[in-house]
Amino acid sequence: MQSDAIIVCDESMNTKLRPAGTTHPVARRGARRAPAPALPAAAEPGRVLATIREARRGDLDAVIELDAQATGIEKRDYWRSLFRRYGDTNGAERKFLVALDGSTVVGYIIGEVRDWEFGSPPCGWVFAVNVQPDARLAGTGTRLLQAMCAVFRKAGTRKVRTILARENTLILSFFRSQGMTTGPFIPLEMSLEH
Amino acid sequence: MKLQQNTRLALYSVLEFAADPTRHISAAEIANKYEVSPHHLAKVLAELARAGIVQSVRGVGGGYRFAANARRLTLADVIAHFEEFTAIEARAPERTPAGRALAAVQAEIDEIAKATMNSITLATMLRMIERERNGAASGETEPPRHG
Repeated sequence: MQSDAIIVCDESMNTKLRPAGTTHPVARRGARRAPAPALPAAAEPGRVLATIREARRGDLDAVIELDAQATGIEKRDYWRSLFRRYGDTNGAERKFLVALDGSTVVGYIIGEVRDWEFGSPPCGWVFAVNVQPDARLAGTGTRLLQAMCAVFRKAGTRKVRTILARENTLILSFFRSQGMTTGPFIPLEMSLEH
Repeated sequence: MKLQQNTRLALYSVLEFAADPTRHISAAEIANKYEVSPHHLAKVLAELARAGIVQSVRGVGGGYRFAANARRLTLADVIAHFEEFTAIEARAPERTPAGRALAAVQAEIDEIAKATMNSITLATMLRMIERERNGAASGETEPPRHG
């Protein structure tokens, strides 16, 4: 059984995977707040982006900046770790995909097939998705999710799931607009402080 | 979670209008489709017009048409004009431990309901309706696979 993972969601379009045993990026020594990055202008709303492909090492700076723009926190080590696990691999069941406007990375999605976690038969999980605000409303998020679902179908799974914070209405609305509905799980938590 | 009749009528009406924003629809047409009193529905539509969600159309034919953005307006936005479906703040503080514990459980349920209603836009509902329609037409028991 795979180690438990904590999936959190911030105020952006991000759902994030934090492997068990790691500290929250904010609490990690060395994490710093990024200055507002100057990202290149993205596609005009309504314009369909040209490319969805697997992430390359050279995309990481843009992905880190996208994430920092959304969360206010630059997490270089975190994203390098994610790329090693989900990007720098030929695995058919885990993918790190990016969306491009020309040669500019304007979005990403990370997902993985997980077997028997929480008692569920093999199922695709999406745990990070983000689209540059200027590139939204152009179908970018839809195309990223569809590409990830294609990966999951090819791997033999017939279900995709994700978890996100109740307060993240924007991303909840996005996933709902794609046809997702409430799943059969209830996330539970308790404090370990007492 | 149970919605009041006026709220359900409001949601049905708004979805009818949003399905074709260019079309003028009369209260009588919606009342006939959902088998409700036109007089009762007129009050609901008047409230939707006051909220700016629909607009009454004068002249020949009359009726109402959709005046909002289906990709932005959520079920919660419509519901809020007819009832307070999350009454957490309205509840008086519980005096007993059992009362407070039960209130906590109810609050948990209310928060989930609120998040669900806040996250479903009219555009998403219209897609869900279409899936229901297609599923019924093909005899399927589950909605078609997305993507």
